[in-house]
Amino acid sequence: MPPFIRIQNISKKYGVLQAVDAVSFDLEKGELFSLLGPSGCGKTTLLRILAGFEVPTSGLVEIDGQNMANVDPADRPVNIMFQNYALFPHMSVFNNIAYGLQRASLAKNEINHRVEDLLKLVHLTGMGERKPATLSGGQRQRVALARALARRPKLLLLDEPLAALDKKLRSDTQFELVNIQEKLGTTFIVVTHDQEEAMTLSTRIGVMNEGQLVQLATPNEIYENPKTRFIADFVGDISFVPAKINRQDGDYWLMDAAVPIYAACEHNLEAGKSITLAIRPEKITLTPEASGKINEFPVRIDDWAFYGAGTQYRVTGPGGIKLKLFQSHNQPSNAQLRPDQIETGFIHFAPESIIILEDK
Amino acid sequence: MMRIFFQKYGFLLVIWLPVGWLSLFFMLPLIEMINVSFSEARRAVPPYNPAFQIGEKGISFQPVFDNYLLIYDYWGDYLWPAVNSIRLAFFSTVWCLFFAYPMAWWIARSKKPLQHILLVLVLMPFWTSSLLRMYALIGLLNPNGVINDFLLWAGIIVTPIQMMQTDFSIYSGMLLTYLPLMILPLYASLVRLDNALLEAAADLGAKNWEIFRTIILPLSLPGVIAGCLLVFIPAVGEFVIPALLGGPEQLMLGKVIWTEFFRNRDWPVAAAIAIILIAIIILPVVYARYQDKEGLS
Repeated sequence: MPPFIRIQNISKKYGVLQAVDAVSFDLEKGELFSLLGPSGCGKTTLLRILAGFEVPTSGLVEIDGQNMANVDPADRPVNIMFQNYALFPHMSVFNNIAYGLQRASLAKNEINHRVEDLLKLVHLTGMGERKPATLSGGQRQRVALARALARRPKLLLLDEPLAALDKKLRSDTQFELVNIQEKLGTTFIVVTHDQEEAMTLSTRIGVMNEGQLVQLATPNEIYENPKTRFIADFVGDISFVPAKINRQDGDYWLMDAAVPIYAACEHNLEAGKSITLAIRPEKITLTPEASGKINEFPVRIDDWAFYGAGTQYRVTGPGGIKLKLFQSHNQPSNAQLRPDQIETGFIHFAPESIIILEDK
Repeated sequence: MMRIFFQKYGFLLVIWLPVGWLSLFFMLPLIEMINVSFSEARRAVPPYNPAFQIGEKGISFQPVFDNYLLIYDYWGDYLWPAVNSIRLAFFSTVWCLFFAYPMAWWIARSKKPLQHILLVLVLMPFWTSSLLRMYALIGLLNPNGVINDFLLWAGIIVTPIQMMQTDFSIYSGMLLTYLPLMILPLYASLVRLDNALLEAAADLGAKNWEIFRTIILPLSLPGVIAGCLLVFIPAVGEFVIPALLGGPEQLMLGKVIWTEFFRNRDWPVAAAIAIILIAIIILPVVYARYQDKEGLS
C-alpha cells in the first residue's frame, strides 16, 4: 500500500533562486507533522505547492494514491488555515464556515447541521451570527480552523497557526489543536518558524533550511540528536565548543578543546579530525565547590537571568570557553547558588549529554 | 492637566480649518442660493430682492414662493431637461463603472512601480483642460475626422460613419472626463483586498466567478458606491459635453439653469431649479450612505 501522503523530489525554482530543493517525505494517515525552518527556508513555498497555489518545477505530490498534478486548489482534498486566518470580513462566522460547503452545493439542512457541529467542536456554539471583527484573536483562530475543516479535507495545512496569538493563549490553543486533530484523525501539516510550536504540536518534525529538508525525526530525536550545527542551533538553546578528536579512552572519547572533554559516541570516530561539541544548557550542573566528577572545570559567572522555573547563566570556563547553562529550581540545594551571591563555581556534565557535530 | 486638556479638546486646534473652509465656501453659498430661490426678481443689481435681509430696519425674512410655483406651473418645460440630465448621468455612471472596474482591478493587482505609473496615467487627462479634450475628441469623431479618414483610406468604409451628435459621441466625452473619478475609489478599495482572502475562497472550492461574486464585489462595494456618487453628482449638472458632442435636441438641466441665470437674468428661478436639482441628487446619496451604514453594522 502506498503512503497516505507522498512528496517525492519536489523542487521549485524562481529564476535562479532554488526555493525548494528536492524535498521528499511520506506521511501516514492521521499524522501531525511540522515543517520547521527560518523564514525564507522554502517551507511556505512547499505548503503552497501542496495546496495547489504554486506548480512545482519538478516532483510529485500524491494524496491517498491520487496524483495532484493538474488538480486545481478548489478541487484538491486539501485545505489551508492561513497565517492571518484570512476570514471573510463581510460574512458572519456561520457563513465563513459554511462557505466551502455552499461551494460544494450541499443541501441547506446538511450545511446547517455540519456548521453547528463544527461550531461545537471549536467551542463557538452560539457565535454563528457574529462578524469576525467582533471576535478575539483566539476565537478568530478557531473560526479559521472550523472553516478549513468544513470540507473534511484529507490533508489540512496550517500556516503558522499560533503565531498571531499571545503567549498564554498559545499554550492552551496548542493542546486544543492537538485534541481536535486526534478526535478527527485528519492529517495535519503545520508550517512554523517557532521550534517550540513544532515540538509541542507534532509527532514528527521536518527541519528545512535553504530549500532542503535537513532532518526528519521525532521532536525528541531532533532535540537530542540534531544532525547538523544549523539544526542544533535552531531548535532550542545550545552552546558550541570547537574541538579535535584525540583518542578513545575507555567508554568515552577524549576531545581536545580548551580543556579536555570526554564525550560518549556510539560509532567510531576519526582521530585528529576537527569537530564541534554541542551541549544543551539544562545538561550542565553548576556547583559552588568541586565535586570530582568527570568533565568538571571551574567557571566565572558572567551573567544570569531569573526565569521562575530556573535560572539561566552565561559562564566562561578555562581557555575562554563560553557556555550557557540552565539550573532548574527543583532542588533545594540550588538555593545556595543565589546568583547574586556567587561569582565563580564549578560545572560538570555527563559525557552522554554531548552532541558531536561533524560539519562546520 | 495640560495633557488632559489637549487630549479632550486638542482636535479643536485642527478641526477649525476644514470646518471653516466648508462653512465659508460651501455652506454660505448654499444658504445664499436658498435665500435667492425664495427672493423676488427685480431689475437692479443684484437682480433680486433678498428674502432674508439684515439692514437698517433690522433683520427681516419675507420668503416668496413664486419661483417654485412658476416651475410647478411650467413643469413640462423643466421635466425633459431633468429627465435628460438624469438619464445622461445614470448611463455615464454605468459605462464608467463597466470600464473602470476591470481597469482598477488590473492596477490594484499590478506590481508596485507599475501601479504608480498606471495611476499617474489615469490622472494624466486632468492635466489638460476638459474643453480642449472635447475638441480633440471632435477632431477624432468628425465625418472628416481622424477615424473616418483612416477607415476611408484603408477602404473599410466608403462613406464616413456618423459618430458626432450621437449617444456614442456624448458618452465617449462623458467617459473621457469622468472615468478617473470612478477608477480612483475603486482602486482604493481593491488595493486593500487581501490576496489571502481570494486564495482562501479558491481553497474552499470557489471558482473564479464565485470568488468575484462572493468576495471581491461585496468587499469593493464601498468603492463602487463612492465612485458612482463621484461620477453621478457632477454628471447631472453637466451641459458642456452634451452641447459640444450631442445633437441640438439634448437640452440639459444644467443648460436650463445657465440660460435662466445669464440670458433671462432671472436669478431666483435659476436658484430654485438648482435647489431642486440638489434635492434630486441628495436623495440617492443619503440613501446610499444609509445603506452603507447598514452594511457595516
